[in-house]
Order: sequence, then structure tokens, then C-alpha cells
Amino acid sequence: MSDIGNGGGAVGTLTKKAFTSDQEVRWCPGCGDYAILSTVQGFMPELGIEPDRTVFVSGIGCSGRFTYYMDTYGVHGIHGRAPALATGIATARPDLSVWVITGDGDGLSIGGNHLIHALRRNVNLKILLFNNQIYGLTKGQYSPTSEEGKVTKSTPFGSVDHPFNPIALALGAEATFVARTMDNDRQHLSQVLRQAAAHRGSSFVEIYQNCNVFNDGAFDLLREKQQGMHNQIRLEDDQPVIFDEGSRCVSVGENGRLVITETANTPEDAIVVFDAQGRPSLAFALAHLSRGPNEPTCIGVFRQVERPVYGEAMTAQIEHAVERLGPGSVDKLLHSGDTWTVS
Amino acid sequence: MTKQVEEKQRVVIRFAGDSGDGMQLTGDRFTNATAVLGNDLATMPDFPAEIRAPAGTVHGVSAFQIQFASTDILTPGDHPNVLVAMNPAALKAELGSVEKGGTIIVNEDAFTERNLQKAGYATDPLADGALDGYQIYRVPMTSITVRAVEELGLTRKEAERSKNMFALGLVSWMYGRPTDVTLNWLHKKFGDKEQLYDANVAAFKAGYNFGETTELFATSYEVKPAPAEPGIYRNVSGAQALAWGLVAAAERSGLQLFYASYPITPASELLHELSRLKNFNVMTLQAEDEIAAANVALGAAFAGDLGVTGTSGPGMDLKAETLGLAVMLELPMVIVDVQRAGPSTGMPTKTEQADLLLALFGRHGESPMPIVAARSSSHCFDAAIEAARIAITYRTPVILLSDTFLANSSEPWRLPDVESLPAIDPAFATGPNAGQEFLPYLRDEKLARPWAIPGTPGLRHRIGGLEKEDGTGDISYEPENHERMTQLRAAKVAKIVDDIPPLEVDDPDGDAELLVLGWGSTYGTILAAARRVREQGRKVATAHLVHLNPMPANTGEIVKRYAKVLIPEINTGQLAMLIRAEHLVDAKTFSKMQGQPIFAEELEDEILRVVGEETRVEGGERVDGGERVGGDRR
Repeated sequence: MSDIGNGGGAVGTLTKKAFTSDQEVRWCPGCGDYAILSTVQGFMPELGIEPDRTVFVSGIGCSGRFTYYMDTYGVHGIHGRAPALATGIATARPDLSVWVITGDGDGLSIGGNHLIHALRRNVNLKILLFNNQIYGLTKGQYSPTSEEGKVTKSTPFGSVDHPFNPIALALGAEATFVARTMDNDRQHLSQVLRQAAAHRGSSFVEIYQNCNVFNDGAFDLLREKQQGMHNQIRLEDDQPVIFDEGSRCVSVGENGRLVITETANTPEDAIVVFDAQGRPSLAFALAHLSRGPNEPTCIGVFRQVERPVYGEAMTAQIEHAVERLGPGSVDKLLHSGDTWTVS
Repeated sequence: MTKQVEEKQRVVIRFAGDSGDGMQLTGDRFTNATAVLGNDLATMPDFPAEIRAPAGTVHGVSAFQIQFASTDILTPGDHPNVLVAMNPAALKAELGSVEKGGTIIVNEDAFTERNLQKAGYATDPLADGALDGYQIYRVPMTSITVRAVEELGLTRKEAERSKNMFALGLVSWMYGRPTDVTLNWLHKKFGDKEQLYDANVAAFKAGYNFGETTELFATSYEVKPAPAEPGIYRNVSGAQALAWGLVAAAERSGLQLFYASYPITPASELLHELSRLKNFNVMTLQAEDEIAAANVALGAAFAGDLGVTGTSGPGMDLKAETLGLAVMLELPMVIVDVQRAGPSTGMPTKTEQADLLLALFGRHGESPMPIVAARSSSHCFDAAIEAARIAITYRTPVILLSDTFLANSSEPWRLPDVESLPAIDPAFATGPNAGQEFLPYLRDEKLARPWAIPGTPGLRHRIGGLEKEDGTGDISYEPENHERMTQLRAAKVAKIVDDIPPLEVDDPDGDAELLVLGWGSTYGTILAAARRVREQGRKVATAHLVHLNPMPANTGEIVKRYAKVLIPEINTGQLAMLIRAEHLVDAKTFSKMQGQPIFAEELEDEILRVVGEETRVEGGERVDGGERVGGDRR
């Protein structure tokens, strides 16, 4: 199997410019999408994937425009269907690096079904979900990740919908790579995307993204530098889960529930040691540690495990069939079974 | 005793039983033996949507009809000459269609009080005179079958299950069918399950010998092979032919076939058929829903495959937005719609051809798409290749219309020479097309845009559902550009007219007043009805559309050439609406909406009524009055 779909090609001379298209970027000034775009354009060269072998696929919403700004191959599809469109591309062509750009409305509402099925199949897709907890392009309705009580144009008395937890959803869909990062933390974003790109199969990356027009400040507790250093819980493989400059930690409390405690008052063996390859229950519990970005919240790679990659498995079936039966001949196919001759 | 052998020109047999009785299999096997013998034939399976409807009830009756003949035939026949009824419910459901004085073979063992009650019979039709005028054969099929297999150690239930093979054996004897075809098939099917194989063979032989030895049957019948053009033949169903046509199109174009679909009756057969053909480099993907299936196929097309999705009516509704995207992206893609009776869930296992206007207009905005319709089971092969050819050549999604009747029924097919089928050139873009630049929406003389697949050096481009700037494909909201692009998309599809054959008219003397125009699965019915009308010395012309969008260039000239145009459709007049609107011709509809094909006899009557209209008009009494005539009103 070619390794190109996950990088590894040696293209040393690529620059950020090689991935930047000539289209004028048209998000609102100050939108978190700018930072994500710049980071992605900046880190693609180091993957060593040729732009000619890269495809960006997006749906509808502010995130959907992303495709036009990357100088790669790209399809801007219809609302919610990018994972399905990308499944066709990645399955037909295992040699391509295929990226899906979606949002909380596109990926979790109208396209929720395609997202979970792409993840369970483990299609070789890098799925970046820009979560701003609001519908931006349609000018400010609540989204499937908006908090309960959210007042928006479509919920003047507050939303009564309970929000999705995107990380828990992806874990529940048996995703093999699940991570969360932030639009404005270039270093963390690059680091997570690098791991997502290297992963074989579906990578799901939730990116907290600030919508400064319709939902400004939704992630300030984590995203803003002074508050973030106290409230981001950074997951590091094989490391104890300690945050807030070491002063607080995640530990195992009553009935095995994970709780946040003072590190100084917590016995060392009660502190959770993170393991992205182990049972999904730990990642699931960590995903539920906070009810939203308004309290200390885990970021980083929640889960990374190996499972057969969808397109490769399908290609293998074809190769096996050809080996067993020989390459198909339409003529023979037509003549199979009972035939008779009229002379 | 010596049995007589009587020669027959054509026979229609209907096998009917409970949906668990294996009637489809029985019909299928009889068909294959008949095909190998060289009769011309046409079949029509007719089964309930329920996998196992309440046993013994009229709702649960599953039937299979075959017409076979020593002459060429065009339909599965209107009225069976022979009904094989495995239980009272089957008799009750099917008796109405049997010809007067026809033959009825019943499984006498099934006519118990309980079964009669379940079928809704107050008294036993075998005893109360209800079947007077028919030729009745009472055969205790269950008990003889059980006796025939009793040494094999099967349970009673298992033993009884072989009774369909008994029925097959008996009817095979009656019509002199070759037994080796069935026995070979049983060997292939059950060869490794000895007990089942032995039971089925024993039951089949018991049925055959029952006919030959008992005095019940004094006569058997011979139907001689039909004259046919030299060649190698096989029997083929529409579902098979369509799947194989797609595979052939992939081979002729050198593309990988990528079929994405969501299970739906009656289109699932295509998915099953193609899933088996992995060694033909066929990718099949059972998607999470209809929308995903369409998107997967479109994604595969973008990546350089022959992307195909297949479905039936309800799935077409769901795919509509994706088809609009495919129109905007101008990528090759084939969408197969195996039409069934709607609206909504409708009658999933019953046929209809009511998606024509949906195919043409069922998307928002101006969204033109070519449409090809198969006209017979074997023609599904050619129609699939044609749909793929248009899709690939013109970079456009193409809707291929089949229907339940075409998909399930079968007919003999003279096998084409695959090597001589024309090649289809995908003509992938390999370099810049405007100086040093690559413009993804720069068109060729056919108005088709380049197909530049990912991985091609230097041709990186982004496309999407937003309106495109002419040439560059960049996003554009410019008013004149939208109008120009709307016209270009329409002109591209319209231009296909230069690349399809003219509509052919069959008008033996060239002076018929009435043209019967059809599309899709009414083909056989129209030819058969016209033949009957001509045999009565009346004149009628026929023509059949395979290309529904665009229609052949001479369509207007032809419909205007005739004083009267009659369009039989299994809908309420969709093609008629198009012909009237496009050509200002007073085309009349003959409509039947019963989940069944139009019978030749029904159309024959209608044609005679219409061609006789002149006399009636002269007499001052215009019968027609411009109203639509429904098959159900006769």
C-alpha cells in the first residue's frame, strides 16, 4: 500500500505559498478561521504531501469556504455531505491525502449521519470540525453544540436543546483518532494536526473556533492566554493529567468518577495517567469532565488506535478476487450460465 | 397408456403460491429450461412487499408468469392459459386473470378447511362449482412429495418444502421442457448439501413422472423453438443486464466502476449483482443513506472513477440536492432509478413509470440533466452503456430510468460482441488548456468541461456548488455570468441531440393516421398491440423513445406527421404532457396505474377505438372529447 495518503513523500522544497490559492479570503475580520487557515497552509509543507495529491472537501457554512483558499484539489459540496463526498474520493483513490472541513452545524446537525459513518468505517480522511457553537453563515441561530439556555435569533427565550459533546460523539462512533485543539494556539493546533495527518484512517479533530460576530468569547476561558493557562487540561500520552501550572489534577474519585482536585492534596496513585491507546472509557470520561468550554476542559489527542483502513480493505477484496478468479472478462460474464446457440 | 402430444404456438403459465412456497424460484427454473429449449419468452414476477406475509392469505400470494412461444413474442401475456395454484389463496387471487376455459392445476392437499377460511372462501371452490368451465387438475402435491422424499430423513416441514419442485417437474413434463437444465442447476445449488439435493431431485422427478404415468393427464404439449437470428443466446433479467451494461461501460472506458447505493426495492438487485463482480475491479459501497450514496458516487467521479448510484423513487427524492450539485460540478455520473409505484412508499414491489417528470424537473433551479430509459430487460444493457457514454463524454450526471417490471422480468437475449462495442474516451485533462493556465470550466466544442482528476500535476482547482465564473470556475455572483452559465448548462445537454440516433417509426405502409408513441417498459406492449391491430387490417404506426432528454431531433416532425398521437404510459400522462408542451400536438394519454404493465389487449382495444373514431365523429358522436382514458375505466 502506498503511504502517500498519509504523507511521507519527500517534497522538501514546498512552502506555505504552495498551498495558498489566489482567492481573496472573505471571512469576517477577526474570525478564528483565519488563524486555522494560516496554520494549515503553514504546516502542510512539512507533511511532505504534494498539493497535487491533496484534496480538501467541505460542506456549507463559514468553514465551507476553506476549500477555495487552499491551492490543492478541492470540492465544496452541499450541506453536511462532505464526509460522504470525501469517502468516495478517498475510497476510489487511496493515494490521495483527503481532508474534510466542516462545522458544528454542517457536521453535527444536517450531516451528523455521514460523520459518524465515516468514523466507524475508518475511511482515510482528516476531518477538521470548526466548532463555534453557533450558526454563523445564516446569521446567528443556535447550533447543536450551543449551550442550554443560549439566547439567539431563533431562541429568544433561550435554547432548550441539550448540546452534543463532539469528542464523546466521535468516541461513540468508534473513531480511531479523536482530538481537540484551538484556533489561536498555533503550536498546539499544528501539533495535533500533524498527528492527525500521520494517523492511518479517520482522524477527527474538533477545533474550538471563535465567531467574533455571533458568539464572541465563547471559548475565552480556554482560549484567552491568561485564563487558558489555568483552565486548559492538556492530555499527554503516558503522563499524569495535571494542569493549572501543576496546581490541579484529574483524579479518580468516588465510584471511579473523574474529578478535578488540588494536586497537593491528591495521592500520586489517584492521579489519572493518560493513555490514548487504551480502553475508550478513559477518553470518554475525560471528554465528559467538563460540560462545556466554560469550565476546565481537556484538549489534545483523546484517542489514537489502529484499525483496518476502509479503502484499503476494499481494494484488498478486489485484489483478492482478481487473484482468485482472474481479471473479469465481460464477454465471459455474458456467456456464464445457461446459453444456447441458434445457427 | 399412450399419451397424446399436441403442438401449441404459445402458452402463458402462471405459478402462484404462498410467498414462502418458492414460486419465484419455480418460475425462474421453468424459464431457464424454456430459454435453453429455444422458445421466445417473456416473464413477469409479481410478489408482495412483505417477506413472509401472513401465510395462506390472499395478501401473501406470490406469482410468476411466463409466456413462451414458437414465434416471437413481446410481453409476458395478458391472460394465463395455465394456472398452477399451490393453495386456495393463490387460486382466489389469480383465478380472475385466467383465460376462459383455461387449465388450473391445484395442490389438492392445501385445500383444507382452515386454508379455505384463511383465503376467504366460504365453501370449497373445488366442490361448489366455482370452477365450472375450467379444466381442473387436482394433484395432491404435498403428500406425493412427502412420500417421494420419505427415505431421506427430512422433517415433515423440510419435506413439504420441496413441493415447488414437484410442481416444476409436473409442468416441465406437460410442456416437454428439458430436465437436464433443472437437474444441473440443482446440482450446482445443492451439490454440497446432499440431503437437500436428493430431496429436490426426488420431488422434481416425482412431479415429472406423475405427469407421465398417471391417467390424470392425457395430453402433453409441445412448443417448438422460435425462429431467431443466428447467435448465442441467454436469458437475462433487467437487473442483470443493467449491472452488466455498467461493467461493460467501465471496461470500454477503462474506468473503475464505483457503485454506491442504499438498499431499496427494487434497486437492491443491482447492488447485489455488482457486489459479486469484484474481479472486474468494481467497487461497491453500501452507504448509510441515499444521500450519502449519491455523494460517494460523485466523490468517486471527481477522483476519476465511473461513479454510479442506483435507487428507486423515494431515494431519488433524497438524492435530488446532490444531483443538483453534480449538475453544477459538471462531472460524469450515472443515477439509476428503478421506478416503482408511488408516491411515498407506495407499492414497493409493483411497477410504474411515473418518475419521468421527476427526472426532468425534480431539482431546484434550472438543473438540466440527460435522461435515458431502458425499454426491455435486455435493452437495459445497451441503455446503461449509453447513459455512461453520455455522462463521460459530456461531463454530466445522467439519469437512467428502469422500472420494477424491467428489472424483475426476463427475456432471451442475443449476446452482443463485447469487443465491437465502441470505446468511450474519458479524455482526462493532462495539462493547461489556456496558455500556461488551467481553466476548469473552459469548454470544448461539445460544451463539455475538462475532467482533471486529483494527482494530475499542475491542474489543481477547486469546484463547488456555488455559481461558477464562466471559464475559470471561480465563485461568481455576477448577474450576467449566472445567466450565461444557466444557458451554457442547458445548451450542453441540448447539444447531445447531435449525438443520438433519430427516432425510428414503424409504419409498414407509411399511411397510418395514428402514431402510438412510448418510452420505457411499454415497448413490448406497444409492439404486440400494434401487431394485433395490423392483423385485423387496421393501420397504426409506432415509435419508442430511449432518449427522453434531449429527445431525438426528429421527434417534433414525427409527432406532427400523424393526425393522432396516442401515448400509453404507466402514469397519468407525463410524456404526453411534454410532447404537448414542446410540440403543440394534441397527444392523448392511455393511462394505467395498477402497479402492472399495460396488457397488449388493453392497448389493442384502445388503438381500435381511436382509429375507429373517424366513423364515430362522422356520425356526430365524438367519443373521445379530449379526455384521458384510464385503463381502469374500461
